[in-house]
Amino acid sequence: MIHVSATPVLALRGVSKRFGAVQALTDVELEIHPGEVVALVGDNGAGKSTLVKAIAGVGPADDGAIEWEGRPVTIDRPHTAQGLGIATVYQDLALCDNLDVVGNLFLGREIVRAGILDEVEMERRSRELLATLSIRIPSVRIPVASLSGGQRQTVAIARSLLGEPKVVILDEPTAALGVEQTAQVLDLVERLRERDLGVILISHNMADVKAVADRVAVLRLGRNNGVFDVRTTSQEEIISAITGATDNAVTRRAARTTEAQK
Amino acid sequence: MSANLSRTEGDPVEGAASDASAAEGAVTVVDPRLLVRQQGFKGYLDDFGRKLRSGELGSLPVVIGLIIIALVFQFQDTRFLGAQNLNNLFVDATGTGLIAVGIVFVLILGEIDLSVGSVSGLASAVFAVLNVNHGMPEWEALILAVLSGALVGAFHGFFFARIGVPAFVVTLAGLLGWNGLMLQILGSNGTINLDADGLLSQLTNYYFSDVAVAYGVALLAVVAFFGLSFLDSRRREAAGVPSRPLSEIVLRTVFVAVPAFLIAWLFNNFKGLPLAVVIFLAFVIGLDFVLRRTSYGRKVFALGGSVEAARRAGINVIAIRISVFALAGTMAALGGLFLASQLNAANQSSGAGSLLMNAIAAAVIGGTSLFGGRGKTWSALLGVLVIQAIASGMALLGIAAAVQQMITGAVLLAAVVIDSVSRKTQKTAGRA
Repeated sequence: MIHVSATPVLALRGVSKRFGAVQALTDVELEIHPGEVVALVGDNGAGKSTLVKAIAGVGPADDGAIEWEGRPVTIDRPHTAQGLGIATVYQDLALCDNLDVVGNLFLGREIVRAGILDEVEMERRSRELLATLSIRIPSVRIPVASLSGGQRQTVAIARSLLGEPKVVILDEPTAALGVEQTAQVLDLVERLRERDLGVILISHNMADVKAVADRVAVLRLGRNNGVFDVRTTSQEEIISAITGATDNAVTRRAARTTEAQK
Repeated sequence: MSANLSRTEGDPVEGAASDASAAEGAVTVVDPRLLVRQQGFKGYLDDFGRKLRSGELGSLPVVIGLIIIALVFQFQDTRFLGAQNLNNLFVDATGTGLIAVGIVFVLILGEIDLSVGSVSGLASAVFAVLNVNHGMPEWEALILAVLSGALVGAFHGFFFARIGVPAFVVTLAGLLGWNGLMLQILGSNGTINLDADGLLSQLTNYYFSDVAVAYGVALLAVVAFFGLSFLDSRRREAAGVPSRPLSEIVLRTVFVAVPAFLIAWLFNNFKGLPLAVVIFLAFVIGLDFVLRRTSYGRKVFALGGSVEAARRAGINVIAIRISVFALAGTMAALGGLFLASQLNAANQSSGAGSLLMNAIAAAVIGGTSLFGGRGKTWSALLGVLVIQAIASGMALLGIAAAVQQMITGAVLLAAVVIDSVSRKTQKTAGRA
């Protein structure tokens, strides 16, 4: 699954971001290839959300370069990111409870025929999209409010796919979901990979990461703290990279003593 | 429950067959939890019952309320359901009704506009001053008066959407401020009488006396309703998405046709179809279309559901909010002109009194939610009929204005209670 030679669809080079006195990101590197799920992990405050916002154009980076299919690009607005083909599914879903599934899927990009909403075409395409993703929901014409958490999450992800993106960013898609619903969302993530999309999966859940990700990029205190191949890396190694367990008084002392012994 | 998604039997339309079968292939496995509508009349009733139980009451409470009100007053005084009284009731309702239509839009956003009464008074004063005092032609004065309402509304919208002042406060300031401006421009006299034969007075005093007009309009409406429903259903069938069976369309058409012809007959029993009612209905239908069938309307609903979701979907939240308040101002100005037309004057009490509360109450009584995200322009029509029916019935019975107000207040409270309870029921049924 790891395309070492191919040009990454999205690459971050030395991205930095500062909020007043806080250096939120420092020289972060990240590469996303088509058909690859990259898990972005890190403790709270590690800079995951800041990084995602920089990619999605919500909070542009101060420094560094973003390359899209090998070309340097500037992403200064959400619109630019969407135009390139970057879709973001935020943690808090951002669905309108009062609109039905079709209304939510096409919100902001309604299909219009002679100035009138083409409900029939939108409904047909919604059903088609949900069917190809094997998403089961009671009806495309009921308000999103009546869907379960997992169903809402799948609708939110399906919605992001309508713009034919090349990279999908999922911000904690399985947080607050039950066992079965989590499995449904993970299935969906795999289907995105099969469609040759690049997926950035932000998660705190190591089991999910191990289950679907190809690579794990660890952020710690706003810096890269290693990129691991999921199949050859143990969960403990990832966790120690997240928490910085490899870099504390004990390990530093151990390193010093081994050096001294030499 | 049958597993057949409500596609009608028979051959699918040629050419769409592949589409339809593709869609069918995708939905052949039916999850038992999926909502599947049964064919025909029984399915319609089942669906209706399910909606009621889960709190999607829609216009049902207000229709029942109207029937009860009509029966009670008719029992007390047989003139109530007479042609003349009902005709006057409809015409009197148009001014407040137009204002309420604008309120519906604001309520769908989840906001409130408290200035509509003052804005309506201001518009009538603008018209009177321009036309009577400055001799401006009526059409121009009318357009400028309506524009003044739009401008005032956009002004509120700007402070709400751009500056971030709560709409409640902005429009409360407007309530005071525009009333003051109206008094200012009316001058020391305080009352400006309008031309009794002018365009404005014709607004509420003109009747299409030819019997054919009322029946023609009713027929046109029914045919258009049936035709559009039928075409939509055919298109849905061709696209392989669930469609209404013909029996259901016919049933719905009957539900539209009966009141349409009844009301047309009623108008013809008096002076004919009133122009005011035609204009009011045109606005209700036109704006209903805007709300439900255009992407602008979809955006208004989206803002009422979740502002953040709307923003992330690329909707220009500020522009939509300003436009909705501008629309409410426009409708308030129009309503004000209708009310001035009935009075044949603009005076210091224009737009004052219970007008504001009646307009908001009409929208809420008709079934538009105070919590935002749900509503129809039709609720303005139904709600204003309830309010006007109570006022008219009590006037017939000679009940004092004090009691009228108390009863209208109680009806409003009942409507809000129904709104809140149905919202709760919807929540527990997982539908809000």
